[in-house]
Amino acid sequence: MDAASLPAALDLVASGGAGLSPEKRAALGASLPLLQRDYRFERVWFWGRIQGLRGAYYIAEGLGPDRAAPRSRLYSLNCVEWSLLPPASEDTVAQAEKLKGRFQGDPSFEYELTEIKAEDAEKLIEDGQQPVIKEEARLVATIEQIDKAVGIIPRGSFVKTPLGSVHENRNFEGLSLTEAKKLSSYFHLTEPVNLKNKTLLEKADLDPSTDFLDSLEHDIPKGSWTVQLEKGGIVVVLRSLLWLGLTFYHVPMTKQYGYVYFGTGEKNLDLPFML
Amino acid sequence: MAEPPAEPPPPEAQAGPAAGRDRGPQEQPWPEEGPEQPPHEVFEPDEVHPRPQQPEPGRAARAYQGVGHASAQPRELRHSAYQPRAPGQEPYRAQDQRGGVCQPHAPGRAPSQSRSPEQYLCQPHGREQAPYEPQISEIADRQRYTLGQDSYRAQEPRQSAYESYAPGLDPYQTHAPRSAYETYALQEEPYQAYEPGHGPYQPHEPGYGLYQLGYSLYEDQIPDPNPRLLAIQNAKAYLLKSSTASGLNLYDHLANMLTKILDEQPTNAVDIIENISKDVKWAQFHKKMDTLRDEHEILPTFEAAEKRKALFLKAHGEGDEELEDEIAETPLPNVMETAFYFEQAGIGLSKDETYHIFLALKQLISVQPIQTCRFWGKILGLEMNYIIAEVQYHDRAEEEEAEEEEDNEEGGKGMGEDKEGDEDEEKEDDEPPQSTYKPPPVIPKEDNGTGTNKYIYFVCNEPGKPWVKLPPVTPAQIVCARKIKKFFTGRLDAPVVSFPPFPGNEANYLRAQIARISAGTQIGPIGFYQFGEEEGDEEEEGGGGRDTYEENPDFQPLSVVEMVDSLSMWVHHTQNILKQGRCVWLNPFQKSEEEEEGEEEEKAEETDEVHQEIGPPLLTPVSEDEGIQNVPAWTAQYSTNLVPQYAVAILQSNRWPGAYAFASGRRFDNIYLGWGHKYSPENHTPSLPPPVQTEYPSGPEITETNDPTVEEEQALKAAQEEALAAVEEEEEEEEEEDEDEEEDD
Repeated sequence: MDAASLPAALDLVASGGAGLSPEKRAALGASLPLLQRDYRFERVWFWGRIQGLRGAYYIAEGLGPDRAAPRSRLYSLNCVEWSLLPPASEDTVAQAEKLKGRFQGDPSFEYELTEIKAEDAEKLIEDGQQPVIKEEARLVATIEQIDKAVGIIPRGSFVKTPLGSVHENRNFEGLSLTEAKKLSSYFHLTEPVNLKNKTLLEKADLDPSTDFLDSLEHDIPKGSWTVQLEKGGIVVVLRSLLWLGLTFYHVPMTKQYGYVYFGTGEKNLDLPFML
Repeated sequence: MAEPPAEPPPPEAQAGPAAGRDRGPQEQPWPEEGPEQPPHEVFEPDEVHPRPQQPEPGRAARAYQGVGHASAQPRELRHSAYQPRAPGQEPYRAQDQRGGVCQPHAPGRAPSQSRSPEQYLCQPHGREQAPYEPQISEIADRQRYTLGQDSYRAQEPRQSAYESYAPGLDPYQTHAPRSAYETYALQEEPYQAYEPGHGPYQPHEPGYGLYQLGYSLYEDQIPDPNPRLLAIQNAKAYLLKSSTASGLNLYDHLANMLTKILDEQPTNAVDIIENISKDVKWAQFHKKMDTLRDEHEILPTFEAAEKRKALFLKAHGEGDEELEDEIAETPLPNVMETAFYFEQAGIGLSKDETYHIFLALKQLISVQPIQTCRFWGKILGLEMNYIIAEVQYHDRAEEEEAEEEEDNEEGGKGMGEDKEGDEDEEKEDDEPPQSTYKPPPVIPKEDNGTGTNKYIYFVCNEPGKPWVKLPPVTPAQIVCARKIKKFFTGRLDAPVVSFPPFPGNEANYLRAQIARISAGTQIGPIGFYQFGEEEGDEEEEGGGGRDTYEENPDFQPLSVVEMVDSLSMWVHHTQNILKQGRCVWLNPFQKSEEEEEGEEEEKAEETDEVHQEIGPPLLTPVSEDEGIQNVPAWTAQYSTNLVPQYAVAILQSNRWPGAYAFASGRRFDNIYLGWGHKYSPENHTPSLPPPVQTEYPSGPEITETNDPTVEEEQALKAAQEEALAAVEEEEEEEEEEDEDEEEDD
C-alpha cells in the first residue's frame, strides 16, 4: 500500500486482526519519506511484515517511473533503519521454496539445505559457498513469491502506455460496487502468464491499455481468494487463502486500493484440503 | 519552381488583412491576433471566408459549397490555372504544420464558442481524401458555389430524409453541416461516374492542402481564396465522415474535446489528451443511455449502517435509576481498554469495529442472563467472519438451560426409539443377519459449566446482527476436529465436508475449534488465580486435577520484564483437553449401575487395558508447553523497546497463529484473531480410510467342498448301513468280525 496513505489504509485492512502499533506507524511515517528521498524512488509502498519467531521484518518497496518494472525492496527490523535487499534470482527462489518452517527474525540465520543433492553441494563448496541459505535470501525469495502470486491491483488502475511502460492511471475512478465484488476485476501485478493463452475471442474484448495483466478469476486452486464487503459495505477486502495474511482493500468508486501482507511468510500448502 | 518552404508566401500575407477586413464582426471574435503573430496571420485566410456575397458565413454555408463542388467540378477539370504548380506543394508542408500547431493557442477566444474548433482543422489528414477534382479555377468555383447552393436547395427534401437515418445521434449533431455532408456524400457517386480513372485524392495534387494557396507565380495578385476554401471543405468533409462503428464523426468529437479543454483548462492538457478524448466519448455514450434508467441501487452500505445505528440507540424506557444500576455492576467487559493494550502491539481490529463489538456485547448482555462476558476474538471465514463472545450464565439460568437441553435430547432419543420400533415390527418375518459390529462407546459430553463446556459461546457475523448461541461441544467433535483442517464459510448451518466425516455442521466445528484454541492459548500471569481451598479433595474423582480456581486477592503484579523474560510467569487458566476430547477423563467402559451387569462382566477384561489419560493440570506454566518441531510454543516480546517504562508484555502463540495475550500490571487478557487453525509445519495429510475389513473368517463350515462321487456315496451308504447293522446286532460278535474283514478288502 502506498506509504502516503498508510494510516487510513491500515485502518481499512484491520478487520483481519493484524496491524501496526502506534509506534511503528509513527516510525514508518518518518522513515518512508526519507527512504523515498535517499533512494530517489518515485513512490514508496509499505509492503507488510513477515513475523519471525524472535523478531519481525518490515518490508517496503520502492517504485521507479515504470510501475511494472522490478521494484527495489528494503527491510527493516525496527521500521527506522532500512537495508536494501538484493534482487531475487531464480536460484534463490527455487532454494527457498524448499525451506519449511517459520522465519527466525535474524537475517544472518543460516538454513541448511537438507534436500540438496550431493553433487550440487560439492559444486557449491567448490565455488567457495556453503550449502546453506541465509535468511535474508529466503526473505527476498519469499517476498518475490508473494508479489508474484498474490500482488494485485484493481482493473484499470494501471495503464500501459504505447511505449510499453506501465503507469498509474490518473483517470482511474475506482471500480463500481458490482465490479468490485468480482474476481475478474482484479489483476496480478506481475508478468502475465495466462494472457497469451487466451483465445482470440477472449482477447477481442480486452483493452490493451488496461487489460495487459492476468486477472484473478482463473487462479489455481479455484477459490483461493475471499471477497468480502467490510466496514458496513464501504470497503471490499480480498484475502488470499494461498498466502494467509495477504489482504487487499479497495474502496469502490475511489482511488483507494492497495495490498499488505501481515503473516509468517509461509505458503498455505494445505489449501486444497481446506476449501 | 519550388520556393523555400520557410518563407511565408506574400500573397497569403496580403490576403490576411484583406480577409480581416471582409470578415464580419459577428463571424470572428479574434481579429487582434493577426498583427502580433505573423504565422497566424498567414493562415487567417484559412479561417474565414472573405467572400462578401456569402450571406451566412457559418459552418453550414461552407458545407453547402462542398456539396456544390462535387456536382459541378468535372466539367471544369482541364481549365485550371493551378494545375502546373502541383509539384511545388511539398515544400510547403512545414508551413502547413506550423499553422496547425499555432492555431490552437489563439488568445481571446471564447472557450464555449461552438464554431471555433473548425478553424483549426485546416489540414486534411486523410488518406482517403474525398475524390474531389484537383484542378480548380476561380470562375468555376464561383459558379460551382452558386450551382452548389442551388443543388443543395433542390435536394433539401432528400437531405431531411438522410437526417432520419441517424436518429440515435445526439440532437446537436443533426444540424445543417452534418446533413449537408451527407448530401455531399451522396453526390460523390455521380461524380465518380464521370471520372472513373481518378483514384483517391493524392497529396501531391493541388487542392489537397491549403499551402498551395500561397504558392503563386503571380505574387502581386491577390489570390482568390477559393482553392483554400476547397481544401478546407475537403478536410472538413473528411472529418465529418461518421464512423461506421460508433456513428460519431471526428469533427464533432474534436469540437467537443476542444470545448471541454477550454472549459476546464486542465494543466498539461497535451499529456492527457487521450483521456479527454475518452471522457468525451463516454459522456456521449451516457447521454444516449438517458432513456434507460438504472434501477435505483440499494447499497449494502445503507443496510449495514441501519443495523449499526440500532446499536447506538438506547433501549426504550430506560430511566436514570437503571443507569445507576448499570454503572454499579455489569458483566460487560471493557473491550476498548483491552483493545488499547493489544493495539500497543499492533494487534486488533480497527477502533470503530471494536466499538461496535463493544456495543453488540452490551446488547447481548441485556437480553441474556449473563454473569460474565468476554470478547473472545474473531475467526475469519470465506464469506463472512465470526465475532465470538464467551459468556457464563447465572447459576439459575444455567440449570434451566441444562434442563431444556436434556428435554430436547430425550425428545430426540424418544423419537429415534419409536422409529426403530416401527421398523422392527415391519421386518419381523424377514430379518437380515445382525451385524456383530459394536461401535465404540460414545463418550458423553461434559456438563455445562465444566471442562470444555465451561463457557457458553455466542457468535455473530457482524456487530449488530443477532447473536447465535453455539451448541455445547462433544468429545467426538473435538477428536474429529483435530484430524481435519477446513476453512470456515461464515454460515453456521453450512455442512462440514471432510474426512473423517465431522459429526455436525459448521456451528459444531466452530465450537470445537473454539474449545481447542481456548484450552491452548488462554493464559494469564502466575499467581493471579489460585485454587479454591475447600475443593482440595476433588482430585480423587477426576485425576485431571481440580477444575476450578478463584482470583487471588493477594496477587502482586509482576513486572513486565519478568513477564517477557520468563514464560514460567504465565499459566494456563483453561483446562487442557485430553485425547479423549474431554478435560476430565472418563472411563468409557465403566457402565453406570442401571445397565445390565452381564455386559459389564464381559468387558471387564478390556477395561483394564484402557489407560487413564492424564494431561497437565490447570494453572500449569506456559513454559511447559510443547513446541512444534523447532518452533517454540510462544513468542514473548515487549510492545515497545523505545519506552520500556510503559511497555506491555505481549505473548503470541506459535501453535495457534492469531492467539495473543497481554499483561500489564493487574490487567491481562487473551484474544484470538485468525482463521481458526493450528499451525502445522508439515503439510496437512488427511487421515486415510481404514483398511478394508476381512469379509468373514475362513473355516470348514463355510468352505465349499467337492460333491462326492457315486462311489463315495455308495461307500458312505454302505458304511452307514453297516453301522446300523452293527448297532442292531451287537450280540453277534462273530458276524461283526467278518464284516470287518470285508471292509479291509
